[in-house]
This record gives sequence, structure tokens and C-alpha cells, in this order.
Amino acid sequence: MTPPLQAPPAPSGARATRTVELRLSLLEGNDRQAVANRRRFRELGMVALNLVSSPGSGKTTLLERTLSEFGAATRCAAVVGDLATDNDARRLGRSRAPVAQITTGSACHLDAGMVSRAVDGLDLAGARILFIENVGNLVCPASFDLGEKVRVVLLSAAEGEDKPLKYPPIFKSAHVVLLTKIDVAGVLGFDLDAAAENVRRIAPQARLIRLSARTGEGIKEWYDLLAALVTKGEG
Amino acid sequence: MHEVGIMESAIEAVLAEARGHDATRVHNIVLRVGALSGVEPDALRLAFDAAVKDTPAAGSGLEIESVPARGRCPDCDLEFDVDSDFIFTCPKCARISGELVQGRELELARIEMS
Repeated sequence: MTPPLQAPPAPSGARATRTVELRLSLLEGNDRQAVANRRRFRELGMVALNLVSSPGSGKTTLLERTLSEFGAATRCAAVVGDLATDNDARRLGRSRAPVAQITTGSACHLDAGMVSRAVDGLDLAGARILFIENVGNLVCPASFDLGEKVRVVLLSAAEGEDKPLKYPPIFKSAHVVLLTKIDVAGVLGFDLDAAAENVRRIAPQARLIRLSARTGEGIKEWYDLLAALVTKGEG
Repeated sequence: MHEVGIMESAIEAVLAEARGHDATRVHNIVLRVGALSGVEPDALRLAFDAAVKDTPAAGSGLEIESVPARGRCPDCDLEFDVDSDFIFTCPKCARISGELVQGRELELARIEMS
């Protein structure tokens, strides 16, 4: 059958113009896959966290430490997104956690389909937490639900204290904000309290934790939060 | 530039609707884009021409309706418009709110076709 779109105009002349109201989500395909991911993670008894930040804010360093320390008692898995290389997966793979690398080519964010395909290749038996390390970018990942339960936005002391004011959509969508690299805040002249106040103004809904994945300062609060998520996930 | 992919899927949806309505031409496409959707209307416009090229939507108009952000105060329940700084300060009790009632929209609102 020839698709109607290719058909010539009806012989009776021009057809009447019609307006059709739709209200369809432009991200419907992604949103549908995100719902499927969320169901799958729940059925596996696993809590998924989507880690989002600028490039270089310390997502991979935090995950390295988390997988080796917190992951020693609670089985965790990770998928990591970058435009190219499997460097992050190799870094995280030094822990015994199952890790998959997603290379997006030129795409500036992960979408729910990429995560689903990456997870297909992982042995998730017994895993209680799935960390999804998004592509370093504070803009595009804001629009894409990956099926996570918790969205974690990182802001490092190597950035500006006003990042939350400059990138409202992503901070508004955060459940947790981590102020990272606090060990070097003094050297860099980064005002931690000013940054925390900016987070509170834009994202009052978010739990705020200050930590350094290098020195371990504040990391216990992060692990306590993860432990609470695992316990809640069981209920 | 995630707007290119978003526009391509929008046009796919438009063409599917047009086929479903037995239409041969799309004249106008209206999108609704929230101020906190994370999507830039100008970038959508840039992506539009390439996305409709050689389709029954080629030559169609594109209208983008902006949806301003609105917040709700958890203390006094007031709904209020938000300034461009996106700090949701309740005008009545000055409480800073994290509740968004409107502003994340990213929708295909309607199409005109024949």
C-alpha cells in the first residue's frame, strides 16, 4: 500500500485544513523506556542513582572509592557514560563490581535506551545499587529520565559557587547535591557556605552533603544515605 | 545540542499523526516548551529545517509556546509565577520552595494539516 502521505491531492481539489490537538511528550520514547527501566530495577531489588555534573567534578573518583568501600559489604554495579574511551570503566573495574561503559559518540547525555542496553550485559545478581555515571554535562542530562530513583548532582570546589544559579533545570531536578573536593576548597578560594546557600535557594528539595572522595571527609554521610536507600528499597 | 534528536523525534510523531489522519501536508506545528525543560527554543528552531526536509512537513511553520515556571509554597499552598532567576520564593511568606507546578513541559501541542 502506498502511504497516504505520498498520495497526490484528491481530485476534488485542496483538502480542508484541520487542526489536531495532541499534547504528546516530545520525549515519549525515552520516558516509556525509563518507566520500563525503573520497573526492572525494582524487580531486581536494586536502587538506581543517576550521577550528573560538569566534566571533572569527581564522579569517577567518588564511585571508585564508593565501590571499594561501601561496595565491599553491599553489592553495587555501575554504568558509565562518556563520548569516548573506556577509561572510566577500567578505573571502576578495579573494584569487583560489575561495570559497563557506554560510549555515546557525540551524544551529550545518556538516554534510557542506552542504559537498558548497557545493563543487559551486566551480572546484576545480588546487586542492591546501580550507579549510572552520566556524561559530564549540566545541561542536556536534565531532560532525560533514565529510570533512576535518585538523581545526584555534583558540584566541585574547582567550579564556581554560583553554578546552581546558572544551571537551574538540573539542580531543580536533584534529590541529592554533593559538594565535592572540599579538601581543596581553601586553596582554590571556593566559599563552601556560599555554594551551599546557592544550592539551598535553587534546590531546597535536595539533600546536601559536603565531601572529599580523596580524604574521606564527609564520605560516611554519603554511605549512610546509600544504606538508607537500600533499606528503603527493601520495604 | 540534544535539541536535534528531540526535534527529529517530534517530526516523527508529527508525520505519524498526519498519516493517521490521512493528511498529505503539514502546515503548522506547535510545541510547548517549559522554562525549566532544559531545552532551548532557538536550538529547536535551528534543528527544525533539517528535520522536516523532504517530508510532508517541509515548509511547515513552527510555533514554540513558552511555558513559564510556576512554583507552589509548601507552607501556605500559594501558587506563584517565578522570576527568571528560578528561585522559588513565595511572595506571601518568603519561604523558598522546591515544588514546581509548571515549567518542565516539552510537548507537541497541536498540528495543522490537510
